[in-house]
Amino acid sequence: MKNLLKELCSVNSISGDEKTVREVITGKIKDFCEYTVDPLGNLICFRKGRKISDKKLMICAHMDEVGFIVTGINPDGTLSFDTVGGVDSVVTIGRQVTVGKNNLNGVVGSTAVHNLSKEKREKSPDIRSMYIDIGAENKQDAEKYVTLGDCIYFVSDFTESGNHIKAKAIDDRAGCAIMIRLIQEQPEYDTYFVFNTQEEIGLRGSRVSAFTVQPDFAIVIEATTASDIDGVSGNKKVCSLGGGGVVSFMDRSTVYDRELYNLAFDTARMNNIPCQTKTMIAGGNDAGAIHITGKGIRTIAVSVPCRYLHSASCVINPEDFENSYILVKKLAERIQEL
Amino acid sequence: MNIKETLFELSETSGASGSEKNVSEKALEMLKKYCPDAVIKNGNVTGRFGTKNENLPELVLDAHIDQIGFIVTYITDDGFIKVGNLGGIDRRLLPAQPVVIHGKHDVKGVICSVPPHLSDSNSVPSFNDVAIDTGLTKSELEEIVSLGDTITFDVKCQQLLNNRVTGGAFDDRSGMTAILYALDLLRNKPLKYNVTVIFSVQEELGERGAKTGAFEINPDIALAVDVSFAYAVGENELKCGKLGKGAMIGISPSLSRRISDSLIDIAQKNNIPYQIEVMNGLTSTNADQYSVCRDGAEACTISIPLRNMHTPVEVIDLEDIRYTGELISQFIIKNA
Repeated sequence: MKNLLKELCSVNSISGDEKTVREVITGKIKDFCEYTVDPLGNLICFRKGRKISDKKLMICAHMDEVGFIVTGINPDGTLSFDTVGGVDSVVTIGRQVTVGKNNLNGVVGSTAVHNLSKEKREKSPDIRSMYIDIGAENKQDAEKYVTLGDCIYFVSDFTESGNHIKAKAIDDRAGCAIMIRLIQEQPEYDTYFVFNTQEEIGLRGSRVSAFTVQPDFAIVIEATTASDIDGVSGNKKVCSLGGGGVVSFMDRSTVYDRELYNLAFDTARMNNIPCQTKTMIAGGNDAGAIHITGKGIRTIAVSVPCRYLHSASCVINPEDFENSYILVKKLAERIQEL
Repeated sequence: MNIKETLFELSETSGASGSEKNVSEKALEMLKKYCPDAVIKNGNVTGRFGTKNENLPELVLDAHIDQIGFIVTYITDDGFIKVGNLGGIDRRLLPAQPVVIHGKHDVKGVICSVPPHLSDSNSVPSFNDVAIDTGLTKSELEEIVSLGDTITFDVKCQQLLNNRVTGGAFDDRSGMTAILYALDLLRNKPLKYNVTVIFSVQEELGERGAKTGAFEINPDIALAVDVSFAYAVGENELKCGKLGKGAMIGISPSLSRRISDSLIDIAQKNNIPYQIEVMNGLTSTNADQYSVCRDGAEACTISIPLRNMHTPVEVIDLEDIRYTGELISQFIIKNA
């Protein structure tokens, strides 16, 4: 599953631009299930299980990653840009990026620190004060290679160090990798697997796919912010690497189904795998759109804890990734047996 | 000599201020092609080009070999590495930045980034707040990393459009590359000066390697080849050079106007593109050390325009290195 994650993270597909990653995923699941692609680009798969059930279960993850979009070309050939999804300016400045269909190398530049006032050096930079430099000599030169609306992606190697994996786009290619494995293995019961689009710009793909599938239950597989870093203690860590999959009782978009919440922890206990909850009400995911779709869908989310979530350097512990997979697999079976 | 290959090789070899050994050995190997007797002395890589002629003035070509970075100050119980800075680092861009810790062997890490839900202000972390996440425990780290080891940004050089490239230590591996290229052009040419090359350490900590190097070499003329600000959006166009428009010849009260004028004259006569960089006192380059060492020397700066100085995404135009090398070689060739 680690190699699968590596492959998926290396694909460039920001929100609204999921075609590339969808094609990679389709290649891996097409021999195992029936699938369709809806108008928003969601990949909806139906996988026959070993058994049939009267409960309709949907498992989903989102395909899109955060990134940037070209909004203008400056006279000096540099590009103005804006964020796609929530990306902090401090993890944007001073990075390598890939620009547009031609995969141009670029960097995010800004005024040299030597030339900033003391006040500005101490403040987070404004995204609008940065530019992307592709090496073009002037506007005319840049226009040969770039058009407005071109997508911009983080550049980041997939590296392993100690007990950590570092890559871009782990949010939510980790969820996609777990789903691909579940599809390939064949689940116990018939299951819908949905690879959603546009999560990062407001849970938009899932709103449509949940309506189409109309399941009774949904499990969202995600990556969620862990801040168990130096200088942060107690509940402010939110969740920790090595603590297992994260199941929240509430986040910014959902109050989760209490019975499913308890069932998740019970399932983890029965299978002897670690599982944790979040100790702050933070973040949100496709559950927010899904649980209030149609007449309502009973929804739970299992997330891989991830440090530096919306940056080029997402960091996870591979054991949490594996334990999240086990938890989703077993929880899916328990839901069918409710 | 392939300018791009040389620059990339030097820039991808680590050498934070005070720990330049890796890149010094690489540079020594490169310099020995032109200066077979080159050595590493007090950290500085130095060599004489050609044989010494007692009747000629002594000229030194200097570029600094060190790059900005961090130094390990502490390992926390949770296995995070605390650091101090080596040189002027833009703290605004540190969160989630990948780095390499140069311990017994290299360890990759990421600088911790406080997520938005915990950072209610938009202030920038102080160096005391910076911690590095490696995925290793304290005891695992202690096997590999010692206090005082250095850390550099984890960055690969990349080609951009045209002749532009990006990398992490172009300040001042670009200057070193320009000097090596100048030596390449000077082979078998008659020279006006005795030429000594020095790739000096610890410039980013206050031009310390150049202080001892200047004393040792005792030159009559010194050319410090460094980088300076290139214009891009957000910079003051009147105070910056332009990428691809040639070496920036320094003019400043602290520099020798005779040398500045001579460089300009040579650039004009040989149709080598150049730009003027006017400063109003010290230059913050090694030229400041050569001019006042022992009984003094005539010093000048030649700077390669560079964007995003002191970041992992420095950008230069390779043509500017070529122009700089040509300018230096024409300055040295007799009857040029």
